[in-house]
Amino acid sequence: MKNTQANPKGIYTISNRLGDQANRAVQASEDRPNSLTSGHRACQGCGEALGARIVVDAALRAAKGQIIVVNATGCLEVFSTPYPETAWQTAWVHSLFGNAPAVATGVAAAMEVKGRGNVRVLAQGGDGSTTDIGFGCLSGMFERNDDVLYVCYDNQAYMNTGVQRSSATPPTARTATTPPVGSEPGNVFGTGKNVPLIAMAHQIPYVATATVADVQDLEAKVFKAMSMRGARYLHVLVPCPLGWGSPPRETINLARLAVQCGLFPLFEAENGTVTRATKIRQPVPVENYLKPQRRFAHLFKGGKPVDDRLARMQEMADANISRFNLLGHEETCK
Amino acid sequence: MLKQVEGSHAVAEAVALCRPEVICAYPITPQTHIVEGLGELVKAGHIKDCKYINVESEFAALSVAIGSSAAGARSYTATSSQGLLFMAEAVYNASGLGLPIVMTLGNRAIGAPLNIWNDHSDAMSLRDAGWIQLFAENNQEAIDLHIQAFRIAEDISCPVMVCVDGFILTHAVEQVDVPDQKQVDAYLPAFVPAVVLDPKAPASVGALVGPEAFTEVRYLDHKKQLRAFDAIDRASTAFKSVFGREAGGFIRSYHTKDAETVIVAMGSVIGTLKDMIDEKRKQGHKIGLVSICTFRPFPTAEVGAALKDAKHVIVLEKSLASGQGGVLAAHVRAGLHEAIPLTTLIAGLGGRPIPKNALSEFVEKIGIPSSDELHFLDLKQDIVDGELKKTEEERNARLRNGAARGR
Amino acid sequence: MKPFATVLEVGTSLNNHTGSWRTERPSYAHRLPPCNNACPAGENIQEWLSLAEQEKYEEAWREIVKNNPFPAIMGRVCYHPCENACNRVTIESPVGINSVERFLGDKAIRDKWAFDRPAAKSGKKVLVIGAGPAGLSAAYHLARLGHKVTVKESLKKAGGMLRYGIPQYRLPRKILDAEIKRIVDYGVELEVNKKVTNLAEVVESKAFDAVFLSVGAHIAKLTEFPTSPRSRVLDAVAVLRDMENREKPKLGKRVVVYGGGNTAMDVARTAKRLGAKEVTIVYRRTREKMPAHSFEIDEALQEGIKIKFLVTIKKYQNKKLTLGKMALDAKGYPQPTGKNETMETDCIVLALGQDSDLALLEKFPGLEIADGALKVDSRMMTSHAGVFAGGDMIPFERTATTGVGHGKKAARSIDAWLRKVEQPATEKHPLATAERLNKWYYAEVSENKRKLIDIAHRTKTFDEVQLGLSEAEALNESRRCLSCGNCFECDNCYGVCPDNAIRKLGAGKGFKIDYDYCKGCGLCAAECPCGCIEMTPEDI
Repeated sequence: MKNTQANPKGIYTISNRLGDQANRAVQASEDRPNSLTSGHRACQGCGEALGARIVVDAALRAAKGQIIVVNATGCLEVFSTPYPETAWQTAWVHSLFGNAPAVATGVAAAMEVKGRGNVRVLAQGGDGSTTDIGFGCLSGMFERNDDVLYVCYDNQAYMNTGVQRSSATPPTARTATTPPVGSEPGNVFGTGKNVPLIAMAHQIPYVATATVADVQDLEAKVFKAMSMRGARYLHVLVPCPLGWGSPPRETINLARLAVQCGLFPLFEAENGTVTRATKIRQPVPVENYLKPQRRFAHLFKGGKPVDDRLARMQEMADANISRFNLLGHEETCK
Repeated sequence: MLKQVEGSHAVAEAVALCRPEVICAYPITPQTHIVEGLGELVKAGHIKDCKYINVESEFAALSVAIGSSAAGARSYTATSSQGLLFMAEAVYNASGLGLPIVMTLGNRAIGAPLNIWNDHSDAMSLRDAGWIQLFAENNQEAIDLHIQAFRIAEDISCPVMVCVDGFILTHAVEQVDVPDQKQVDAYLPAFVPAVVLDPKAPASVGALVGPEAFTEVRYLDHKKQLRAFDAIDRASTAFKSVFGREAGGFIRSYHTKDAETVIVAMGSVIGTLKDMIDEKRKQGHKIGLVSICTFRPFPTAEVGAALKDAKHVIVLEKSLASGQGGVLAAHVRAGLHEAIPLTTLIAGLGGRPIPKNALSEFVEKIGIPSSDELHFLDLKQDIVDGELKKTEEERNARLRNGAARGR
Repeated sequence: MKPFATVLEVGTSLNNHTGSWRTERPSYAHRLPPCNNACPAGENIQEWLSLAEQEKYEEAWREIVKNNPFPAIMGRVCYHPCENACNRVTIESPVGINSVERFLGDKAIRDKWAFDRPAAKSGKKVLVIGAGPAGLSAAYHLARLGHKVTVKESLKKAGGMLRYGIPQYRLPRKILDAEIKRIVDYGVELEVNKKVTNLAEVVESKAFDAVFLSVGAHIAKLTEFPTSPRSRVLDAVAVLRDMENREKPKLGKRVVVYGGGNTAMDVARTAKRLGAKEVTIVYRRTREKMPAHSFEIDEALQEGIKIKFLVTIKKYQNKKLTLGKMALDAKGYPQPTGKNETMETDCIVLALGQDSDLALLEKFPGLEIADGALKVDSRMMTSHAGVFAGGDMIPFERTATTGVGHGKKAARSIDAWLRKVEQPATEKHPLATAERLNKWYYAEVSENKRKLIDIAHRTKTFDEVQLGLSEAEALNESRRCLSCGNCFECDNCYGVCPDNAIRKLGAGKGFKIDYDYCKGCGLCAAECPCGCIEMTPEDI
């Protein structure tokens, strides 16, 4: 990056006092909505709490405050609304674990028939509710192209119930139901579900992946999604210190490493076609991402890989890099 | 307006007159014709400002209705049997959130074995889910109860399930009086939700509630059901004044004044029972009938009062709590003086016909027993006896094999 | 009525003070940037760069001159230890601090910016002896503090080594004159051609309340080797001083310079510009050991100057120079090999270092002098109360910037001494080291380098070799500053706190941590690009 008019200081921070003040990140503005306010009971360094505030704040800004949030059961719901305290500062509803997309469809339908199309609907849930139990409702919402932005905060396991495997858990990861024992310790290779790609297969207007490590990128994707109507899907990687076995202060760094190593590609797709993939800026081997996490500790012994599983993880990253052209120079990829 | 129509279509027309704003449709026999009818009415523009959504499951159907109702739209869906069970979690959720959704249940048996025909197992399975449950005796009442259901639901912010016997009512073509829009508009006020999702007045709906407040939440749910009696009463009284006919309410008594034997039942079997009672009365039998219209909240006091002079009560019901007996019977028993013997008669399971003659014979045969009994109408005793014998023999053989292998 | 418990009013979680979870406490620190730490003049470089990057050039200049009245001069002649210390080198290359300083200094001259009004008159009089960088700096700072200052200079013009030691191609005299004039205009009385020969007289006269000595080091060190009567052996100090005369020194076609310091480079390059065809620097050790700055050596080589390493002068007779060859011993020290080589040259210029002329102190007993340098205490005061000293005459690194720093420090000490107050101990913040940076957030941005004029032009004229930055270049260069150890309001901490526990106070006001809610996760500290947030354990 050069010093440019948009970013005169040539930095990747959330804001920049020299930049265009009107276009600064929502998270950098003094009057940001703080949709998920202080006092919630998320763990220290919770990626999901951070991701949710960034997303809902941006959506609120985009919709001029006219947002109704539908939340699936999970950590986010539990830590934000234990009676008698809610941390939400927006219209918000929680129904069940598996029905957030359908409830959101209902809310959107109500707004439509009442002639309040300016009120926008945002549904959100963790990877368990999104990729597993609520997947049927999600797919239904997609194929009907209901006017809902669905956001999955992916921390790669059922954290609320004590770190059990979900279909978003990566191979080799230790969870309470994929213990690091036996001939293939941790979660097994060849499993899992790539919901962003499945979402694309529904030909919905917009699909994107993002992480909490890049606030501007995440916000830009929310704004883009909010500029469209119909079913939109945003998949946000949110590291979980508890489930990943990482220090709370590492949450953002791990999200960053997940992207830079290629295991979590950042891309956008419109109507089923990838329109943009974010290039890796500082490539790192998967080892740099995996090693600081205790859920992958069994891959290493004395700092060295135990067997070929690390190499297989690297192959997965390399496959992403090649599929999305993450190291190439062209702006878009096919 | 008098019309000769299929029950399902009559229900669809009644729902349409209630100006629903969101209708969630998923096919399951025997309620399918209702949502088909509504789909056509919406698509043809006969229902204004209404969103008709073809969803991917019953779970989604009720979930969509939860969302739309919470956002302040009058919401409706319909289901049956397995569909009700598939949405069970959402059924509890809708009432927990106090959402005045109206749902038609085209009553049908629950599998396995798969069975698409009528009984009340589905309704009974979710009787404690916090919904008001109304049972229609005929298609006219099915129409009338739906119109009342929206009023009751929105009166006290509680979902209402209108139970209509599958096939017997849903697929029967009868003459019905379909009210006109003006009448329904006069009867059913616009929906003013008690709690609504609105960015202008944001609230968090559906919090996590711990032990410190959960008992109170449930107590209040119970109180709401008890308050529903008044709402149901108001709805049915007002209905009579607007439409000029009776419908709904808690129970209805038929020749109970001097009756020694009183039959208790609900749903479409009432018609058959009335015919049978008319015949019996001509023959001099002191027999009467109490029909239950409101199953939830259960009008225990009213039932008890209606039965207090009976010498024998027969509860005819289309559901069976395996290992216990009759579900309705247990409810009736709770309101009944303990000296009055109660016979539970399980009938019509999985669509088995309930012939008037068989009922008549049963009443004749049982007389007035000295204590509670459980009977199955028209049970093929030889088949079940043979099956029980075979099962026992096979079990013994398996045990012998297992014992031999164990050595 | 809202249903009990299942429906909640917004934002009520604010009743739950999660700050009690904290085991570590973040706080905003002010760390000492390495540039500031390295600056001999004590400039707050980070601060003026931050003003410059906001295009507040005049404010930036005013920030510089709080510490250094010579931005245009130092933006040319300072060897910028700041850049050597700059943490940006761990990303790609240091911030070109010196070139931004020059831009600001030149702009100040062009736009005729004047210093801030001095403090109220103190009524005290101070004499400064010697108008070099240390003396002028002291005079300026004393004037700024409200004192009446007289500067006595033995030479024709003020500037000291800036004028009589640094060639014009490195420091154009109009720049030097402009920045000296600004000090004179500030009310400092400058008396040239006024050599003070006896300090005792001055002190006893009680005409001044304090004295600052800064006579510099203008006596060339010499060495002995056999010569013949017609062999011309000159010293670099004299050659460079004579360059300021109308009559320029005549060195001949072939010149040998003996020495390896910056003065050797200066005199060699001057000889080239005076028309010498062949200029050779003779140095007894290797390039690695040369005290001259690498870029000066490079520029000399570019201009066609030759350097002979590992040789000493044995004798110089009849234009024939005999050089003794050296070789490095096992420990890396040069040792004679006994082998010689010869070359012809028209003259030899010795550039072997300088000594101070301390004759004025001779009749002033009690001053501590060691190895030809005057000793001072931490306040820059000699062993005689009220007599202070700085610059090249005290034992310290001899650079112009060091002199400026001495002048400032002495001025502040003199001020405190005159007002009879204790100088407040200045607390030094811990250093902002490169490991504390989160470098992810800084993009690679290449340095905006100053261009040099072409070689042909360089070797024939005394025009300034190095050009200044354009405004756009200076702006971009200032924006390369990482702001090590001090918040520059990037909003990272504010944006990444999962608990909204950071309050943004508004532009220029920074942030405040709300310890009622801060859980102490440390994300703010981890994601702070410049490492200005510290985590400290809570007392539990």
